Amino acid sequence: MNSKLNKYAGYVFLIPWFLGFFVLTLIPMLMSLYYSFTNFNLLSEPQFTGLSNYIQMFTSDYHFINALKVTFKYVFISVPLQLMVSLILAFILNKGIPGLTLLRAAFYIPSLLGGSVAISILWRQIFGLQGILNKILVAIGFVDLAQISWISNPNTAVWTLIILRVWQFGSPMIIFLAAIKQIPASVIEASAIDGASRFKQITKVMIPLMSPILLFNFVMQIISAFKVFTESYIISGGNGGLMDSLLFFTLHIYNEGFGNMRMGYASALSWVFVLIVGIFTFLAFKLSNKHVHYY
Amino acid sequence: MMMQKKIKRAIRFIIIFIIALIVLYPLLWMIGSSFKPESTIFTDLGIIPKEFTLNNYVKGWYSSGMVTFTTYFKNSFIISILSVIGNIVTCTLAAYAFGRLEFKGRNVFFNIMMITMMLPQHATLVPQFTYFYRLGWVNTFIPLILPKFLATDAFFIFLITQFVRGIPRELDEAAIVDGCNRYSLFFHIIVPLCKPALVTTAIFTFMWSWNDFFTQVIYLRESLMYTVTLALRTFIDPSSISNYGAMFAMSTISIIPILIMFIFFQKQLIEGVAMSGIKG
Repeated sequence: MNSKLNKYAGYVFLIPWFLGFFVLTLIPMLMSLYYSFTNFNLLSEPQFTGLSNYIQMFTSDYHFINALKVTFKYVFISVPLQLMVSLILAFILNKGIPGLTLLRAAFYIPSLLGGSVAISILWRQIFGLQGILNKILVAIGFVDLAQISWISNPNTAVWTLIILRVWQFGSPMIIFLAAIKQIPASVIEASAIDGASRFKQITKVMIPLMSPILLFNFVMQIISAFKVFTESYIISGGNGGLMDSLLFFTLHIYNEGFGNMRMGYASALSWVFVLIVGIFTFLAFKLSNKHVHYY
Repeated sequence: MMMQKKIKRAIRFIIIFIIALIVLYPLLWMIGSSFKPESTIFTDLGIIPKEFTLNNYVKGWYSSGMVTFTTYFKNSFIISILSVIGNIVTCTLAAYAFGRLEFKGRNVFFNIMMITMMLPQHATLVPQFTYFYRLGWVNTFIPLILPKFLATDAFFIFLITQFVRGIPRELDEAAIVDGCNRYSLFFHIIVPLCKPALVTTAIFTFMWSWNDFFTQVIYLRESLMYTVTLALRTFIDPSSISNYGAMFAMSTISIIPILIMFIFFQKQLIEGVAMSGIKG
């Protein structure tokens, strides 16, 4: 084989990626940006309408405002809760426990299945009017509480999805468990000699040392929480629930684009969505330069 | 002192054990209920059925008339397996280029790839759909599979690239002395040594494709093309008569492939998560 072909090997191996990047990512992104300034129903050619999609979004689309509220509430309550639970359990498990491998596996199963339609269907049942939550509440004497469907009630609906996310604490827990093991024993011993209590050791020594991993998980979970779709669709039955209480941003995009065939408007919504996710990703990494301790 | 330590350990174990039970209860209840007669599902909070029946499975399997779950399972398997093949082949090719080869623009392309990893699929959603619609590919598996053959799952490229970087360069040099070039090096050194990363990629690609709902609900419109997840959705249609027994039976069956993967690849899965921070 001649040396020229060797020299260009990098490009040869990247051929599928180049194709994918241009055909399935870059060009569609630009097209989507263009569509966002048009009226487009897929069957006829897009008609340029300037900023009207964006103006409509912020002035007359109350679903959009509702979707923003629901999604933000969900993301910024569920992710910190989920990470807190996983961190606490990681510290408890790290102290050594009989059957650790089995327990770790048990805690991981919800993370594997959490995003599936099967689990969303199960959640609909658990938190429904006739669901097992109400059955359990009655059984332990809280009959008054058991009179509502937690899914349909606009005050509680989003909390059922928050619980569903917290339930999936297993995968961050495994990551944190691995991170704790990475902390040099000498550092912890040194803090013990200096008289630090176990609690101080965790909060002042171990957590700061884990901060890069905590940040990384926080960002990844925030991004993935913003993108939640299956749960919102299945648990609300596709319509976003009573008073839009389960109308997540992605479901709103889906309903506008593929329900009402308003492809231009859906593109505009998508761009706002991508921007929001992008801003939070960027902020998180910016913050990390200041507060995260790399060792 | 010893005694105190032992008591502490026992308490810790009991607490963790109770948490594990609470966490797994909903899932176990669903599996248990799928074997209970329809009429007792909502009155029985226990996991183990008092009266055992397979009726729900039979009813569920044939619940949608002409097309049965046999078709849905076949479709899900076709999509998942082809996705695995696509991801393994093309992500490894890209990872070798990024992790090992030297060429102009490598760092720029690598950074672009990292950005696409963070990019939600919504950025390209409508135009991709428009493409595939004009090509007549809506209601086929192509829109679900083709992207995997074009290395669009940047996460796995990143994962394998990290792995490639860890392979000692001395091996490359020795192979080159033995007459390998950049191409045969890939097959003789990189691919065999990347096996753990490829296994992780395969497992997660399979599970994500199996559980995928968003892309499938957009592209697959006719029941002959439905996957298991899409078929499950029909159980919650307001128009269909709710049949909880059949619904739980089919939900249970839909997670079996994932549970089997978990049992067989538990070690790789958990290590994969711990090392790379993959969300399950």
